[in-house]
Amino acid sequence: MLNIIIYITLGFMFVGIFFSALRFVLGPTAADRTVALDTLTTIAMALLVLLSFISNRFIYIDIALVYGVLGFIGVLVIARYLEGAL
Amino acid sequence: MNDILTIIGMVLMLIGGIFLFLGGLGIFRMPDTYNRLQAGTKATTLGGMSVILSVGLIEPGWFVKTLVLVIFIALSNPISSHALARANYRRKNYPFLKGGPEYDQYRQVFEDKKEKKEQVKEEETA
Repeated sequence: MLNIIIYITLGFMFVGIFFSALRFVLGPTAADRTVALDTLTTIAMALLVLLSFISNRFIYIDIALVYGVLGFIGVLVIARYLEGAL
Repeated sequence: MNDILTIIGMVLMLIGGIFLFLGGLGIFRMPDTYNRLQAGTKATTLGGMSVILSVGLIEPGWFVKTLVLVIFIALSNPISSHALARANYRRKNYPFLKGGPEYDQYRQVFEDKKEKKEQVKEEETA
């Protein structure tokens, strides 16, 4: 039962990643691409935690935390740059 | 006890997967940058939080660390969305409103502030 739920969740997440990546490639302005990057970061964090549960390795949760912090700082820096304050 | 936690975790995981999918779909289908921000940030916050919390519930030894991740997402995602919306507004990408630009009440404040700043600058140089 748990395996089936995990497969369904992974399928949903991959479709979401596909649409976000499509917007990341197509996006008309830089702000659209940054929004897509933010969404991709959060989905990838959830994916890393799910991966740590599947492969039963505790250390991947730390990797998800570091990835989230770096993505957050990156989005903030890009936003400040778009604003013209950097 | 463990079985109940596992069932709650499975339900949360499914809900989180659906919300992550909806976030991706919204970011692809929405017509405007602000709408994309709305769909892409809020749905993804709920989805990511529930998937991470579900792993913490199924594997109770990891609960504290997943709680740290959930709190981090709850703190960081609104801040980045706010910064992005502000940056997009300051680049003069105004939102499309059906009633016309006079319904955008922040725009008046924004332009008044800008005029005041320019006046102060001119006075300083003069």
